[in-house]
Amino acid sequence: MAGDERYGRTDGQTGGSSISLSDRPTVHPSNRGEGLRVVGQPLRKVDAVSKVIGATKFADDLMLPRMLYCKLLRSPHPHATILRVDTSRAAALAGVKAVLTGRDLPIPFGILPVSQDEHALAPDRVRFIGDPVAAIAAITEEIATEALDLIDVEYEPLPAVTSPIAALEDTDTPIHDYGDRGNLHKLINLEFGDVGEGFARADHIREDILFYEGSTHLAMEQHAALAEWSPGGKLTLWSSTQTPHYVHRALAQVLELPPSRIRVIATPNGGGFGGKSDPFSHEIVVAKLAMKTGRPVKCTLTREEVFYCHRGRHPTLIWTRTGVTKDGRITAMHVRTLLDGGGYGSYGVASTYYTGALQTVTYQIERYKFQGARAFTNKAPCGPKRGHGTPQPRFALEVQMDKLAHDIGLDPAELRLRHLVPPGSVTANYLQIGSMGLGACIDKVTAGADWKERYGKLPLGRGIGLACSSYISGAGLPIYWNNMPHSGVQLRCDRGGGVTVLCGSTDIGQGSDSILAHIVAEVLGLTLEDIAVVTADTDLTPVDLGSYASRVTLMSGNAALQAAERARDIIARHAAAKLDVPTERVVFADRRVFDASDPENGMPFADAVQTAEAVEGTIGTVGSYTPPMSPGRYRGHGVGPSPAYSYSAAVVEVEVDPETGIITVPRIWIAHDVGRCINPVTVMGQVEGSVYMGLGEALMEEMPHRSNVKNAHKNPSMLEYKSPTTLEMCDVVTYLIEDPDPNGPFGAKEVGQGPLLPVPPAVANAVYDAVGVRVDEVPVTPEKILRALKDKARGKEGRYGPMSFPDIHWPAPTVVPPPWEGGDGRAVTDIRHQGGRRKVSHPERQH
Amino acid sequence: MKPGSLMAPEKAHLTLDVNGERIEVMFARHKTLLEVLREDLRLTGTKHGCELGECGTCAVLVDGQPVLSCLVLGLACAGKSIRTVEGMADAELHPLQRAFADLGAAQCGYCTPGFLLTAEALLKQNPKPTCREIEEALSGNLCRCTGYLKIYEAVELAAAWMRGEQAEPRDEVLYGRR
Repeated sequence: MAGDERYGRTDGQTGGSSISLSDRPTVHPSNRGEGLRVVGQPLRKVDAVSKVIGATKFADDLMLPRMLYCKLLRSPHPHATILRVDTSRAAALAGVKAVLTGRDLPIPFGILPVSQDEHALAPDRVRFIGDPVAAIAAITEEIATEALDLIDVEYEPLPAVTSPIAALEDTDTPIHDYGDRGNLHKLINLEFGDVGEGFARADHIREDILFYEGSTHLAMEQHAALAEWSPGGKLTLWSSTQTPHYVHRALAQVLELPPSRIRVIATPNGGGFGGKSDPFSHEIVVAKLAMKTGRPVKCTLTREEVFYCHRGRHPTLIWTRTGVTKDGRITAMHVRTLLDGGGYGSYGVASTYYTGALQTVTYQIERYKFQGARAFTNKAPCGPKRGHGTPQPRFALEVQMDKLAHDIGLDPAELRLRHLVPPGSVTANYLQIGSMGLGACIDKVTAGADWKERYGKLPLGRGIGLACSSYISGAGLPIYWNNMPHSGVQLRCDRGGGVTVLCGSTDIGQGSDSILAHIVAEVLGLTLEDIAVVTADTDLTPVDLGSYASRVTLMSGNAALQAAERARDIIARHAAAKLDVPTERVVFADRRVFDASDPENGMPFADAVQTAEAVEGTIGTVGSYTPPMSPGRYRGHGVGPSPAYSYSAAVVEVEVDPETGIITVPRIWIAHDVGRCINPVTVMGQVEGSVYMGLGEALMEEMPHRSNVKNAHKNPSMLEYKSPTTLEMCDVVTYLIEDPDPNGPFGAKEVGQGPLLPVPPAVANAVYDAVGVRVDEVPVTPEKILRALKDKARGKEGRYGPMSFPDIHWPAPTVVPPPWEGGDGRAVTDIRHQGGRRKVSHPERQH
Repeated sequence: MKPGSLMAPEKAHLTLDVNGERIEVMFARHKTLLEVLREDLRLTGTKHGCELGECGTCAVLVDGQPVLSCLVLGLACAGKSIRTVEGMADAELHPLQRAFADLGAAQCGYCTPGFLLTAEALLKQNPKPTCREIEEALSGNLCRCTGYLKIYEAVELAAAWMRGEQAEPRDEVLYGRR
């Protein structure tokens, strides 16, 4: 009844890790012509009209009577002890209604249970320039701003850690009093099979060191939050957050209120990209100020403050060693990463794991070893930005693949195509692959770019480069490990024929509200206009974990699918009785419920709802989604598993002036395997937006700190932080590949993040094709290209990039045999430590 | 500014022409047009991204020209005609709004009002702009969601509609290249 039974979920909760792909199609089905009426249609998003008329209420658009304005005092020091905070002069200023310091909010918080290292206001130590120290609520924003100058803070500066290399040194004053060692927040050492033996079997081995600079989200909307306190004991917070559920948790924890007394409403986000995924200081502060004053309190960050909130891309140094046979088969890969985490934990532990998790899901890797380290430094904290921890290692992997192809004399596209991970397989690090459309992606972009005729054959200064990638469709495990669903939906059918869908998911512009409407309309034979969508309100909507990890289409989509199917089954039963036909023959389409064999024998959907309601009472259903268990059982297996992996391939064309190094990108061909398009025009928007953001990172975006000037952020404004305008944006030719995944709703996989990933390495690879030099560092700027060209002119390698990876004392490895070597997903490390079963350690295990 | 002056800053009392209506408004003299529109007139369709004139998000039309409302004093707009996104649609969407909605040119929608008004000013001057002319006209507006591509397509489509042509989005714009 509901569309395509082969790819839609037919059971309830998905359980178990085995995936049957026996009936996988050999051709990619179109999203049209298979009986789907709404899924696959390029329809207006459900919120499109309110957005184009300016009616959408973003957080700062909300204003309540008697509302106060909040401003935060931020640290001018990168690292200091707070000796004294005197707020008496500020409190005395006319118009100031309340002042807070760290003493008022002593309970720490943080997005991850293992990194509860933040305070809403620093009680005794500041860890980066911009760390909040005190807060004012006043009757106008001007008075609140002026009052900040009247707060007296006495600091005792501490030595500032300026880089992850510096963070490796022993210290008496570590930035935090927790972590794996000194200023090293997290150290990871995972080994899947004996890589030493794998390298011994390789015909060719190469080592590369690459650097991926940090960048920020730069969502157009500055973060804002508004809190209201009822003397009856209820707190309401409206906030531009991607994760209302986690903000709800953080507020309950820090304010010591029962969660039932807190309502968090995520307002439509004016862009997120990961930058609004943490609970933030200003959200907790306005809540506390509202409780203290009994008046609504709003805080809207300035653009400069948004740069300090950050949580963006970790600057990451990557060392990677890969061994291949003559035909390019990877016998072993060993990756080391060093992440500059900034001043707090944020998602950093997960980010670090992600720098080593997804190397294995594109090309077959027989043996794999990953060592990752995240350092605390006295800079704005890093966290999840679009692609979360994976663009950096993907850049390294795809550039190295290009170099390997040249080394062994294979076409880079051919090298990749020969060794694709098979669909339905399990990788060396125990990631369960479902559908896998990368081959089709490569075919499309190479055909579009006329790769065979043009690669390596363009005149000096022009070149094309290829890179590929993959990304998760939601994380397999929740942030707080539990057995509950990751997404829930409630659905209510109205007597008038309308349907209301309630879900905790948050629309950050990606169109997640519309996905719910598409899926419900498809199952119940309705149009988008018949569906009312209520989302992201902890009082009204069932929990969805949030808009991160590209999880919403798959997870809330599956929950919506289940709720809609349950409603359909109830209505069908009663409609069948009335129509006097077997229930299996009842069809929902065109706002009617009718007999498939005799379409005239039917009734309007609204009548069918009434028929059912007369017997059953109010027609309401629920649906929920829990991802399948991952086959991995080792410590550290929690990052990487996903119900489905998307795939992308890109060819980038560049023009490089060999005299100046000036680089322009006229065109990018991108193909993305999205499983199935729920709405193709929305998918197109996500692909193009990802390519744009990848291009920005590839060419210009960076947020360095001035190590010689107190670790100050070098460019905390939109003018100085360069991002592509219309004049830098290139043409994009997009191909949507639909290789339906058994775990996705109607086969759908993610699209919001994956297509960013191949762009930076494809740019670097194209530069090599254009002028024969390697820039092993993002962003690829004219200056770096020029230095590489000069290096080459002097008869050297013709490379710009990092020269060394520091010695890091790694912990003993967690050793997990790959599935094809008899592994069952568990670590055998204990056995190895007991001696004898494995060979004596080889060079890779020293560090 | 003296502390006391913040409590009761000197206020201007004037009549502004906003979206074709003459509106009396009283506001602190230092307020920007952006602040007057959002805070005093509650026209929150005009957004802000930096309040430093760097992103184009707060663009409105003053006497038909795109102006960054964060850089203009409200006082300076007396006697001028101001157009905000709220003035674009009546019972029907403006063709630009319709095209933006149809093509997903508004993703998060935050930069959209500034783009719509800037594009409207362009099309008034140049009813049949080339893609390059659209890019140049919109180069002062930042968008982080779309990569601008759907915005160009929407402006071209709306321009065709406004010229009275029967235009439809190209298949490739909606489904990608086959």
